[in-house]
Amino acid sequence: MSEAQIHKSRVYAKRRRELLNEVILWIVMMIFFIPALWIILTSVRIRSEILAHPPVWIPSGFSLDSYKILFGMPTPEGAFVMGGAIPVAKYASNSVVIALTATLFALVFGTLAGYIFSRYRFKGKNMIFLGMMLARAVPGIALSLPLFMMFARLNLSDTRIGMITVYVALTIPFTAWLMDSFFRTIPKELDEAARIDGCSTWGAFLRVDLPLVLPGAAAAGIFAFLTAWNEFALASIITRTPASRTFPPALFEFTGQFVSDWRGMTAMSVLMLVPAIVFVAIIQRQLLAGLTSGATKG
Amino acid sequence: MATVAVADGSSSRKKTKFRFKERHYMLLLLLPSIIIILAVIGFPMIYSLYISLTNYNLSTPKAVHFIGFQNYITLLFHDKLFWKAFGRTVLFMTLAVNIEIILGLVIAQMMARLVRGKGLARTLMMMPMMFAPILVGFQFKWFFDAQLGLVNNLLYSITGEAQLIPWLIKVPLGFFSILIAEIWMSTPFMVIIFEAGILSLPTEPFEAAEVDGASGWQKFRELTLPMIMPFIYTAMAIRSLDLARAFDVVSIMTGGGPANRTELIWTYVNRLAFNGKEFGQGAAMSFIAVILSLVFTYMFFNNVLKSRWTEEVEL
Repeated sequence: MSEAQIHKSRVYAKRRRELLNEVILWIVMMIFFIPALWIILTSVRIRSEILAHPPVWIPSGFSLDSYKILFGMPTPEGAFVMGGAIPVAKYASNSVVIALTATLFALVFGTLAGYIFSRYRFKGKNMIFLGMMLARAVPGIALSLPLFMMFARLNLSDTRIGMITVYVALTIPFTAWLMDSFFRTIPKELDEAARIDGCSTWGAFLRVDLPLVLPGAAAAGIFAFLTAWNEFALASIITRTPASRTFPPALFEFTGQFVSDWRGMTAMSVLMLVPAIVFVAIIQRQLLAGLTSGATKG
Repeated sequence: MATVAVADGSSSRKKTKFRFKERHYMLLLLLPSIIIILAVIGFPMIYSLYISLTNYNLSTPKAVHFIGFQNYITLLFHDKLFWKAFGRTVLFMTLAVNIEIILGLVIAQMMARLVRGKGLARTLMMMPMMFAPILVGFQFKWFFDAQLGLVNNLLYSITGEAQLIPWLIKVPLGFFSILIAEIWMSTPFMVIIFEAGILSLPTEPFEAAEVDGASGWQKFRELTLPMIMPFIYTAMAIRSLDLARAFDVVSIMTGGGPANRTELIWTYVNRLAFNGKEFGQGAAMSFIAVILSLVFTYMFFNNVLKSRWTEEVEL
């Protein structure tokens, strides 16, 4: 074989591998994606088809009944009506405000903490770091009763501020930890170069380190938002009324009433998913831009 | 790892560069995080420790006595259910974390090599992450439902006859159903972390390996894997802690039952504290569980420290 032929066959082999990689990856993606898709599709299916035996896979029609049940609107089944409309809009605004504010604070505090953990060594550092990891090991249900009593004293129970405080505390350890890992991927020479160029420590942090960890911050932001958005155990104890009640305890309450009818569950799921997807989609662009910029490479 | 020596060696050299003022200034930045964590997690835990030493019972909150370590002794030496729940939790954690890491690494590696459609792949992958744990619980409870579940329906259509497998009730199917739900929910998290890690690696070693004719597997084992170790340990520690406190998914899918067959530590705490109203015992058990998490955390913590690969400056 000539040199050119060998080169050609190598290129083909590489393409084959790439194609195989692609095919397997998309199959795996589908396995992860289909259960999610199934929930969304079921929320607009006809009741009799969901309950059908043998199962019906191809829907013959489309129905918004499950959403109507959710908003307390009359459905063709008539008898199947909830006791009044659920304040879905109020739950949604609570969830959005609480999750976004908590994410913002957790990112600011967590990034600062992560930077210090990654760059400095000081007395008690390992203790603080371990303490933060431990804070993450405490599950919501262990905190729920003491926190409830504490918040009642401070007039914080059933308020948005109370929930925001709780979620900031719950998400800081993870944010700090993740940011610490990302700061560590930045070569120290960059910091030193910045300082030689006349930057203060703070200046080097703002101008050199921070822009480089933006993809990390985006990832941390996504996790913090989703933690706050999806948290259930504490929200169900601390929030009592629509004044601060978020989606997860509302969903639990709602679904509890319809044990055998899964449509209400799927509709509520979709309602909870949409804002999360929008948020992640927005941040993801940032994540993608950061990951592909290659600024930290070499 | 060899880089540990580098971290130690540079510390004393850098020490002199920092002025007294700047040190304190930098440490002040840690304060908000510490204060808020102490207020929301530290203080309630201390209160909970006090409760665990009493016979606090939600139905008779007025007659609270200090009873020392009685609650702990009862749980550790007289409660078989506790030890069963504990063993099941450890098994659950071990299986879930290992499967998630392997799946996560494979998918992340494949995703990093993807030429087109990366954004779409990442979006699809992240779908499960957006589901609240209680949603995942409800969703998989429905999928594994004996009468109307997706799984039995699929089996029905494939085999042509009705399948009424009681996934959530039978041993060990219940355990595996919960495991599958947990893995479905959390593998995407691993993928995102690992992919970010893989993409942040320097390209030069890989180009050099390419020139030397290294195979894909060799490059993965000799270059990628050691270099993303900090990410693996971080993800591992985070997920272990998450799983050690697994509650939402299990509590909705089976509630630890039927007859304690899928009981994990926290569903058991919930049963004792909120259903049985024995808050003192529940708090004691919370503490035992947290201490066990501490042991695991410490194990991972050492690995996290060892895998650090840049230098730190002495303050």
